Amino acid sequence: MTRLKPAVCVADCDIAVKTEALFTEHTLAEQRPILFRYALLQLRDRDLADDVVQETLLAALQATASFEGKAGLRTWLIGILKHKMADHWRRNARKNVAPELTLANEGEGETGSDDFFSSNGHWNGGPKAWADPEAALKQQEFWTIYETCQNNLPPKMAQVFMLRELVGLEANEICQEAGLSVANYWVTMHRARLRLRECLEIRWFNNTKQEQRDA
Amino acid sequence: MHSCRDNSALVSRGLDEKLSFRERFSVWLHVMMCAHCRNFQKQTQFIRKAARLYADDLQSRFDSKS
Repeated sequence: MTRLKPAVCVADCDIAVKTEALFTEHTLAEQRPILFRYALLQLRDRDLADDVVQETLLAALQATASFEGKAGLRTWLIGILKHKMADHWRRNARKNVAPELTLANEGEGETGSDDFFSSNGHWNGGPKAWADPEAALKQQEFWTIYETCQNNLPPKMAQVFMLRELVGLEANEICQEAGLSVANYWVTMHRARLRLRECLEIRWFNNTKQEQRDA
Repeated sequence: MHSCRDNSALVSRGLDEKLSFRERFSVWLHVMMCAHCRNFQKQTQFIRKAARLYADDLQSRFDSKS
């Protein structure tokens, strides 16, 4: 673990000093962005996410004894974060706070037949060339479609994809999170990308985009 | 040579971990000859970029809301 010069004390510096052996308040603070995104995706409320992450970091500093270093710092922190979020949901069982990422535990395995390839492994249809994808990134309509396509993924697949690409966890961390074998993880990500790609192609690159270009 | 299904699986995995030299070579070879897989490779990189921008935007939307 890289030990950098502590920049700020996240909490009480006295506590932080004792934690030195396994991690510093700085290495903890480095995890903040990922924890924040994780919380934000589920809570959909910035202030709340901020609070919960702060509580998590504080709790981590106070509970260093229970950190054994084996599981990896981030996995351990996410464990704490989940507890904090569960506390929050319990406290205010209210309106729109649905635990999006944790809900998807039913076997959306979506096995066997995929229609992306024929039985000999060749593309069915297959990816066409996209005209100027960079330009799409600047258009609001594209992002609406992107969001729709992402939301259209089966729940478990969406969870895995978002943990990887939006939150930024590593593959092994996601396997632990989502209870997937490594092989299943690769299959899930492959299919998520195939689906997203196809959806974007149908809804944007073969569609709106062309019309706008011709216009 | 790999089928397009296997090759695209490798391309996808290559976004999440470093492939072996042999795997990278086989992807390279395949993609040289297969336009669909070449598109897939480019487009999955694009999707990664889009996903990150989306996450950034999501965060800033929440930032400005508060």
